[in-house]
Amino acid sequence: MGTADVEAVWRIESARIVAALTRFTGDFGLAEDAAQEAVAEALVSWRRASPANPGGWLMATARRRAIDAIRRRHALQERYALLAADSAGDAAAGLMVDEDIDPDRIDDDVLALMFVSCHPVLSPEARVALTLRVVGGLSSEEIARAFLVSVPTVQARITRAKKTIAATRVPFELPPAAERRERLGGVLSVLYVIFTEGSTATSGDRLLRPDVAYEAIRLARTLAALAPDEPEVHGLLALCELTAARFPARTGPDGSPVLLADQDRRLWNVSAIRRGLAALARASARGLGPYGLQAAIAAAHATAPSVEATDWGRIVVLYEALGRVAPSPVVDLNRAVAVAMASGPAQALAIVDELIAANRLPGSHLVPTVRGELLARLGRRAEARAELELAARLCANQRERSVLLRKASESADPGPAQRAPID
Amino acid sequence: MSTYMLIMRGTDESNAAMMTSIDEAMVATRTFIEEMVRAGVLLAAEGLDDPARGVVVDFAGEAPVVTDGPYGETKELFGGYFLLDVASKEEAVEWARRFPAVRGSKIEVRRVAGADEVPADSAGSGHL
Repeated sequence: MGTADVEAVWRIESARIVAALTRFTGDFGLAEDAAQEAVAEALVSWRRASPANPGGWLMATARRRAIDAIRRRHALQERYALLAADSAGDAAAGLMVDEDIDPDRIDDDVLALMFVSCHPVLSPEARVALTLRVVGGLSSEEIARAFLVSVPTVQARITRAKKTIAATRVPFELPPAAERRERLGGVLSVLYVIFTEGSTATSGDRLLRPDVAYEAIRLARTLAALAPDEPEVHGLLALCELTAARFPARTGPDGSPVLLADQDRRLWNVSAIRRGLAALARASARGLGPYGLQAAIAAAHATAPSVEATDWGRIVVLYEALGRVAPSPVVDLNRAVAVAMASGPAQALAIVDELIAANRLPGSHLVPTVRGELLARLGRRAEARAELELAARLCANQRERSVLLRKASESADPGPAQRAPID
Repeated sequence: MSTYMLIMRGTDESNAAMMTSIDEAMVATRTFIEEMVRAGVLLAAEGLDDPARGVVVDFAGEAPVVTDGPYGETKELFGGYFLLDVASKEEAVEWARRFPAVRGSKIEVRRVAGADEVPADSAGSGHL
């Protein structure tokens, strides 16, 4: 078995192994180290001979490494004695295979692992790195590629995160009922950060990185399976599915962004839309939360045959609702875009100018982008051009920047009518 | 990231073997499906009814000829599929290895082509 085969098994087993070992040793950092050692061993030894049960092999080896590490730690001698007694001494190492995982408990343990990885004591970057590493089973190299940072940076984030978890004694358990909703929100926001990095890369020369978005969707599906009664989990999954459904149409052959209005809707992934709508239906059980509302907006686009035939009135209402449950200047800006489509650019410009007056999105390229579009639609060409040029200067994504510059030069000419800059 | 289809292919013998312990086979398959759901990879799974109740539409001649199943000389029968969203071909294969199969059956692992993968000779003719 080659490297790719080991990686494939690890992706499937990572969360279960780290979760089971954390439960077994009570030490998340040690569990993660032991699991990584097992993968490193697999990379060498599977090349010579493939195990009959690769998942069981990884679990048994990781468990052995965990016990080795505990043995080495003299300070933990006492705990080792307990452990050995716990597993009836039976060559305590080595024999823990799939069957030893308590199927009733492993789901909660994987869920607990997600809560630990996304714990509020960790920095946002560390939460992302740790979640992808231990729950998603990605290597440091893969995480570094996903977030366009160096491998040592990712490793440092993970090392620091493990130290923080140990130092602050983050318990390995599901959060108590009183905290559950808030902590779940923390997990969802980590998954959404990963998704948005893939759906609109914050830097670099590519607009979309579907492989990064895929990791978030996969994790959201896992979370939906483990916490099926949480509407917002389904809301996030719906949002991701419906947004990713448009990926095939969002970039041209040369990688340049294609705006929603210009997308060939026949390229949208019908299966992903169907999955997104199904997840949205589950999210709607008790009224929509912030992710569910965003998913409902994405659904309004995904089910519309064209920009003109889109129910913009409904989208305005959904943005208003979103602005109430999760106030944010970005939501107001998007509402302005929807208002422009539903009622015309003048009303929308008033919303944008309010945002600017309150200085609620300083330094963002989005405000001048939208303002420039609206001014162009109102025929105020010189102002439109200045706004779009400002937007280009503020934009970090090269692909988006070149589109903005093109529009800036177009807006100076009495060319075709400008369209909403959504997507 | 790619979508793969695991295509279940049984023979008369392996299908018969499965039917002798169908309850266990169903339980094992359900466990397998649940694992894929929890791993966030399963998109769809379907099992096909008895091929004897199927119909074959044959395009060998000018007009399609419809005959009642089974397929005739076919040795391996398509019995169902799993559609997976996985990180790599190796991961699709690893899931296939884990299927609680009866001896004699096979799983074919095939990648699902994306919407943007139009064969070169039909480029420009639009999409279906």
